[in-house]
Amino acid sequence: MQFGIFTVGDVTPDPTTGRAPTEAERIKAMVAIALKAEEVGLDVFATGEHHNPPFVPSSPTTMLGYIAARTSKLILSTATTLITTNDPVKIAEDFAMLQHLADGRVDLMMGRGNTGPVYPWFGQDIRDGIPLAIENYALLRRLWREDVVDWDGRFRTPLQGFTSTPRPLDGVPPFVWHGSIRSPEIAEQAAYYGDGFFANHIFWPKEHFERLISFYRRRFEHYGHGAADQAIVGLGGQVFMRRDSQDAVNEFRPYFDKAPVYGHGPSLEEFTAETPLTIGSPQQVIEKTLTFRETFGDYQRQLFLVDHAGLPLKTVLEQLDLLGEIVPVLRKELDALRPAHVPDAPTHASLVARSNELEGSTR
Amino acid sequence: MRIAVVTAGLTQPSSTRLLGDRLAAAVRDISAGRATDAEVTTVDLRDHAHDLTNHLLTGFGSAALRDVIDAVVGADAVIAVTPTFSASYSGLFKMFFDVLEDRALAGKPVLIAATGGTERHSLVLEYALRPLFAYLQAVVVPTGVYAATSDWGAGAGGLHERISRAAGELVTLLGAGTATPPPDPYDDPTPFEQLLSS
Repeated sequence: MQFGIFTVGDVTPDPTTGRAPTEAERIKAMVAIALKAEEVGLDVFATGEHHNPPFVPSSPTTMLGYIAARTSKLILSTATTLITTNDPVKIAEDFAMLQHLADGRVDLMMGRGNTGPVYPWFGQDIRDGIPLAIENYALLRRLWREDVVDWDGRFRTPLQGFTSTPRPLDGVPPFVWHGSIRSPEIAEQAAYYGDGFFANHIFWPKEHFERLISFYRRRFEHYGHGAADQAIVGLGGQVFMRRDSQDAVNEFRPYFDKAPVYGHGPSLEEFTAETPLTIGSPQQVIEKTLTFRETFGDYQRQLFLVDHAGLPLKTVLEQLDLLGEIVPVLRKELDALRPAHVPDAPTHASLVARSNELEGSTR
Repeated sequence: MRIAVVTAGLTQPSSTRLLGDRLAAAVRDISAGRATDAEVTTVDLRDHAHDLTNHLLTGFGSAALRDVIDAVVGADAVIAVTPTFSASYSGLFKMFFDVLEDRALAGKPVLIAATGGTERHSLVLEYALRPLFAYLQAVVVPTGVYAATSDWGAGAGGLHERISRAAGELVTLLGAGTATPPPDPYDDPTPFEQLLSS
């Protein structure tokens, strides 16, 4: 079981002081958060990708490359990489380069992006979101798996005899997750390829994602990648902890009340009852997180959102210290419950081992 | 057969709710003795105003609101009643239909009705409600029922007659069995090869 954090990279004023960090401060804060994640024993850091204010992470592999140089164990990932508006050729190159620099500690999560105006900035149209995700990803897979690619598709300039460089590390492309909030087509895509499926999970009631994930599991089995309970599932979560649960509620409430996404809407109490958001003691977070497995089955990756709504860096780092305390407990509990036939999330090492096995068996 | 009444009346008692009740009673009377009796669920949107706002802000409804939406979407027919505000349906009324999933009411028999202070607003049914439900691909009965304050007083025969006529049309439509549930992309997915080649 992998645990980590994912960040949107929003620049949001701290509602208790009215002050917003500068872009430089926010970017450096994201790096500090990633380094802290490794320090406290988390497995994964995933950054969002955005091309509009108030977000800073437009260039994920630049940031992840920098973090790679300053960490040694952390898996560097995305939440999400825009498969619709990025050129799949550039994704293939950027992430292969990152793989080499990070010694394989790289995977990535495909997403479509839900901001209409962003698409035309990159020559696309949001109404083509699903076809773009499908065609671009089909090309990306070939670029990583075939040394020389001829390509003729609907959305991109044709390629003749193109080789994407550098080739993936050890000839093994990074593992890919597909993130979706409400599209069965994307769950179908993940199932077809035997890739991972990540349900953002936060902000909405679990019933919604239950349907999407059970669909993905069913189709994963349909396409012959294993049993439904062997499909590779990731979930988001959102937490704020203090030793005393009332302190957590009191401290987080002003951030909750004005937060992007749900601010000025339901009360903190209503929202925590309906969604995975957990505000309270470390024990309460452990208990709530364990319910995710009951809802969705044994899963492979849990990412927490801890740095949004204008929370200051110091507070976020304190949250990571607390996550560092609860993750070993969660890891132990969830590993004990997981049947032996349910796999871990693929890593570069496991994918290399599998590729050697396949090569050995065909010799 | 299940009938859902959606009423956007704000006061208590409310003439909008009263009109909804009268329409539901007429449908029940007319359908009495047929294959299945009408089972009526009434949704007072006033009770869900905060949840509707939260739904617009967060993209999901509370458990209570989800139950109400399920009851309306799952009904065999809907009676939708709104007060006339600023020459149209009320904002609260529209909010409810704004948070339904696409095609949630497709093919559904709907009876439209409205209340207002004066008869001069009666065409609100034809230029506001009917196009809304046409857009939602519902099947709206030909007779809409508008009740002005004066309709509740002496000589309410005209209102009675309109209620009976509209209720009769709704029951007839129900007998025709026009509602077809939209295809479920989870139960009947498009195979990936097809997505890939399209």
